[in-house]
Amino acid sequence: MSALQLDRAPSTPANLLVRGAHVVDPRAGLDGETDVLVRDGRVAELGQGLDAPEGVEVVDAGGLHALPAFIDPHVHLRTPGREDEEDVDSGTRAAAAGGYCAILGMPNTDPVVDSAPVLRSLRERARSEARIPTGFVAAITRGQRGDELTEMAELAAAGAAGFSDDGLPVRSAGVMRQALQYQKLMGRPLALHEEDPSLSGPGVMHEGEMSALLGLDGIPSVSESTMVARDCELALYEGGRIHVQHVSARETVTALERARELGTVVTSEATPHHLLLTDEAVRSLDTNAKMNPPLRTEADRQALIAALRSGVIDCIATDHAPHSREEKEQPFELAPMGVTGLETAFAALHTGLVLSGELELGVLVERMTAGGEPFGIPAPSLAPGAAANLCLVDLAAEWEVGGAGYESRSANCAFAGRVLTGRVRMTVAGGAVAYRERSFALGAVA
Amino acid sequence: MRRHLLSVDDVSREDIERILGRAESFAEVSGREIKKVPTLRGRTVINLFYEASTRTSSSFELAAKRLSADLVSVKSSGSSVEKGESLKDTVQTLSAYDPAAIVIRSPHAGAAALVARWTPASVINAGDGKHEHPTQALLDLYTLRRRVGSLEGLSVWIVGDVLHSRVARSGILAFTRMGCDVTVCGPPTLIPRGIESLGCEVRYTLDGLGEADVVYALRMQHERMKGNFVPSLREYAAQYQIDGRRLGAAQLLMHPGPVNRGVELSAEVIDSPQALITEQVESGVVVRMAVLYELLAGRGAPAAVPAPDETIAPQPA
Repeated sequence: MSALQLDRAPSTPANLLVRGAHVVDPRAGLDGETDVLVRDGRVAELGQGLDAPEGVEVVDAGGLHALPAFIDPHVHLRTPGREDEEDVDSGTRAAAAGGYCAILGMPNTDPVVDSAPVLRSLRERARSEARIPTGFVAAITRGQRGDELTEMAELAAAGAAGFSDDGLPVRSAGVMRQALQYQKLMGRPLALHEEDPSLSGPGVMHEGEMSALLGLDGIPSVSESTMVARDCELALYEGGRIHVQHVSARETVTALERARELGTVVTSEATPHHLLLTDEAVRSLDTNAKMNPPLRTEADRQALIAALRSGVIDCIATDHAPHSREEKEQPFELAPMGVTGLETAFAALHTGLVLSGELELGVLVERMTAGGEPFGIPAPSLAPGAAANLCLVDLAAEWEVGGAGYESRSANCAFAGRVLTGRVRMTVAGGAVAYRERSFALGAVA
Repeated sequence: MRRHLLSVDDVSREDIERILGRAESFAEVSGREIKKVPTLRGRTVINLFYEASTRTSSSFELAAKRLSADLVSVKSSGSSVEKGESLKDTVQTLSAYDPAAIVIRSPHAGAAALVARWTPASVINAGDGKHEHPTQALLDLYTLRRRVGSLEGLSVWIVGDVLHSRVARSGILAFTRMGCDVTVCGPPTLIPRGIESLGCEVRYTLDGLGEADVVYALRMQHERMKGNFVPSLREYAAQYQIDGRRLGAAQLLMHPGPVNRGVELSAEVIDSPQALITEQVESGVVVRMAVLYELLAGRGAPAAVPAPDETIAPQPA
């Protein structure tokens, strides 16, 4: 697969000396205190007690951790169409504040990103607004209606990162097979929202004891796992490559393991909310616990954590899905599915999995930086020579989600009101400073 | 007892005993020529109904009037709901009239709990989607207790479309809370997965029906046919209809109404002396009087409407 060209607003290459941070980058074999010198947007040198050359800003990072910045392959920027909920500027600002150096936008906008002109205009917009390098995934089928393929070769030539009907499954096995056949021509991955509509029916939450108690229609786990099994079989048969989005059920993990044993080329992602919350969060009928796929049970959550550890789940994706307040302030059954997640992903997972001892920090860093690989975006590295993609985090800082508002235009965060431990202070994305926490920037000057 | 009645979970066994006892004393008032008491004089009750209802809405109206409350009934048709006003705006508008209670019926689960976040009034759930219908459960308990005395140890079979039934959900919680053993029975397509966690047994045939002291039949809605939940009403009736052959002489029969004659119940059992169906309707008024009394009597004037920001305070997920 050819390397992917991402878009961002004009930026100035960074010249920084990050002093005193504890650097964690498992891929580069780094885990210890060392200075990081960034020159002209690239990691120039690592070492103890480095001197600051002239024109280089010194960032006092004592007590902080320096990590390779994160990549999110699954973001809804709501542009074009619902710029009141999110736009390229606000969405990438939220991503930078969450420690991300690159994101991929999903095509379920209005209009759908299903033709080269729409994709080109979005890319143009990103070149004037995006705070961090941003790519766009185009639709598999026209209008995401599931019947006719988009002009995938032209879209790929116009810079589509991959193809997805996210938000909706590709219902027809025949259409999915044709997309996999066509993949030989356009060479980009198919990212799949896996769900059988005839099993999900009118469901609004996980089918189980909680849905029985609440009298809500359930979405059974097999709605997801049967489609994953189907598409893995098709991908194996056609020699294609698929990426399974937002894995939520333990049955799906089993299907992925089996497919890999058979040699299927399949990658997958899981979201922070599925890794940290269960359908217990729906008990209060809080609409910020409503998303698709739904929050499932503790057994599912544990299966996802184990799969994240083992690598069956390759990466973390937020499925950042902004919705307006009036849409979420409705009875649970009427409220739209989806939650925001860019600004809280690292802090929530650090609090919920690393501090609890369920996941090593190094593994979390690997999974949060791996999201671009299925799409031809290499994982960021802090090794000398690499483009500077790093974030500085304070692993001891506690903060209340939403307490000081959000960078995102929307506030429908599944972790709203929770106190999390771990705060991103600064993000360097694609060689340029993309985010600095205000208090941290002031501290650096003093 | 809490400020609202949103779920059977909001009332303890002691609360239930007290409400049923008070309903008994209101029943005595209902036997008089003048059926009114002055308890809620000067207080306002708003009935906000987003769904068609005969029994529940009229019995709440009568209950409020017999307690001398001022009553406003708002139905979704003919109101600004039809103009697209959101539930939140409607509730905040009605709250400006300073009601003591809002009685809400909605096709959506959790609507009553949402209303309770947006109004300083006491909120009574008169049915929210397929979730709960707590006053129905209370009047069922009241009706049954009037007939048999103690509910402890009774075997109650709830038969039919449990999946789509708020009456079933509130009933399971309420009957078990009062010491009954509850069994739900119906076609596997209409029994929700995980319902045992509410504390009931699950059966798919009427084979063991003989063990029941009380058979509580649910309404089989015609619109369920299109969802392919049962192949035909004929097949449903053949498998699950409570008729003269299946209902034992010592068993009592209940139904929340309206009945589909010849579907879930045969005509002979509806009109039999074992049926408590008419008594259930009668009980509706006094039990709802007791609920209004429980929530409103003795409580001072409500606080001012909270500031908009307070009403939407984020809840921990």
